[in-house]
Amino acid sequence: MELLISIMIAVMTACGIYLMLRGRTFPVIVGLTLFTYAVNLFIFVMGRLKAGAPPIIGTGESYTDPLPQALVLTAIVISFAMTAFVLVLALRARAELGNDHVDGAPVNEREDSRI
Amino acid sequence: MMHLIALPVLLPLITGLLLLLMAGRKNFALNRAISLIGAGLLVLVAVLLFYTASSGVIQVYAMGDWAPPFGIVLVLDRLSAFMVLVTSVLAFFSIWYAASTMDHPAYNLNGLMHLLLMGINGAFLTGDLFNLFVCFEVLLLASYALLIQGDGPDRAKAALHYVVLNLAGSSLFLIAVATLYGITGTLNMADMAVKVAQLSEEEAPIVGAAALLFLVVFGLKAAAVPLYFWLPRAYSAASAPVAAMFAIMTKIGVYAIARMYTLIFGDQAGHLANLVQPWLWPLALVTLTLGFIGVLAGRTLRMQVSYLVIVSVGTLLAGLAIDTEASLSATFYYLAHSTWVCGALYLIVDLIRRQREDGSDELKSGPALPQATTLGILFFVAALSVAGMPPLSGFVGKVLLLNAVGTGYEAIWLWSLVLLSGLAAITALSRSGSTFFWRTSGGMAHTAKARAWPLAAAIGLLTTTPALALWGEPIIAYTDAMAEQLLNPEHYIQSVLRHTTVGG
Repeated sequence: MELLISIMIAVMTACGIYLMLRGRTFPVIVGLTLFTYAVNLFIFVMGRLKAGAPPIIGTGESYTDPLPQALVLTAIVISFAMTAFVLVLALRARAELGNDHVDGAPVNEREDSRI
Repeated sequence: MMHLIALPVLLPLITGLLLLLMAGRKNFALNRAISLIGAGLLVLVAVLLFYTASSGVIQVYAMGDWAPPFGIVLVLDRLSAFMVLVTSVLAFFSIWYAASTMDHPAYNLNGLMHLLLMGINGAFLTGDLFNLFVCFEVLLLASYALLIQGDGPDRAKAALHYVVLNLAGSSLFLIAVATLYGITGTLNMADMAVKVAQLSEEEAPIVGAAALLFLVVFGLKAAAVPLYFWLPRAYSAASAPVAAMFAIMTKIGVYAIARMYTLIFGDQAGHLANLVQPWLWPLALVTLTLGFIGVLAGRTLRMQVSYLVIVSVGTLLAGLAIDTEASLSATFYYLAHSTWVCGALYLIVDLIRRQREDGSDELKSGPALPQATTLGILFFVAALSVAGMPPLSGFVGKVLLLNAVGTGYEAIWLWSLVLLSGLAAITALSRSGSTFFWRTSGGMAHTAKARAWPLAAAIGLLTTTPALALWGEPIIAYTDAMAEQLLNPEHYIQSVLRHTTVGG
């Protein structure tokens, strides 16, 4: 299970970073979202993977660390709010700059139109 | 008295919420009054805390009476009290300027300023790593909203870069925090310092990687090379009081570096002792160099001031990299100076810009300004101070820093670069000053004179530079004691870990 989750985190991080480096705002936002998913999973895993154990002491034989779960909750809330914000910002930039390139440059002025 | 430590966080929160609730109202006078009173009270609280901390005791405040290392603590030592004071003075004058110039659509500006303050003060006071992340997010979210206040494609573009970069930075911050938690099992900074010192040889490299990841995150906040490209455009696009307030934002990164790499990864950190200082030194020098090249190349006055902010960051990081008592003391003296003077410069540039016929701050001659003498004197004083000419505080700060570097080969680099950056600043600013005030053409500009209140705010913020020089001795005595406290974190660690809660 450790290997599977590590690979998942790695793939999501790689995809997220690749998309963040794109030229248009929408892939960048999707990339950010993927990256934050990877980070959230990473925080969760840092409390060690343990199946079938509640995050409460004294309810059974074993228990799992509750703190990363609380941290992950905070991180999810913050990243969710930030994603909403950056979406609105991207829409506004699209409206004011007339295109959705991160540098606000019109596509036909660029040599490579496949940005 | 004990609850006083929480006030720098709670007071701006209450003021900010009150102002946001009033957002739709037409009664602007009340809005401004509340905002100014809130900022004024914050200065009072900061002064009180500063006096408390100057005695050398480290006060610990357990939030909700949960004992450390499990609960979240606020810690007041000399460094955090100093940073809160620097912030609140800057905030007071920025908010004053905002209140006296912005009387149109920017309804939420005042409220957001206070929320920004809440995040900044929280970041300075917290003793918990995850709480530091949350405070960073609070201040970043407020700063995103402040940056896009008002219209204009420039602002939207700058804000997009700023927001995306900082969101990526926040994710890296979380990775670093999670790694540290995964290995040490704690988030309390004092407790972590103890745990890091006891790391085994196998665990140390992972924690070391996390520590260096923190340097990336804080370097992004501080605008150190190679992560400074967002700063000039964002700060130049922001409205004047916001840009002035942002002068403290880079210093939060500097503070976090100072705190983290003296407390957790300082001398006593076992395998990881002082692991970041070798990285910091070249970064600081390159930042300094690129900063002053940018000052010379800047085509608008705001761009020049923004690059001056980067120069100051480079200088501060160099001070942190030397990592002796004298250099840390000089660094924080210089930090107060550069924050206040750069803030004042943004306000003065805005006053100049408003009196120009075309309303821009591009470096080209135009009709004479209606208040050329007053603004000229203000600009002259600020320029002298920021370039490090005697008798103002910039000179004192640079002398202290150059004195602290010693006589090794490091001295060659620092002396030449700091002095060159001073030369670059004085060249660039005298060129722009003479363009704006002397090389005028076409009679007098038909623009309104500045009103007394905004002018007073700019003058007020600028008087801090002669004040810092005039009361140099007690201030340097304080920063000396602060550096001593910073380099001997045992007292900090003991104060936090031995803290007993009220309920026992």
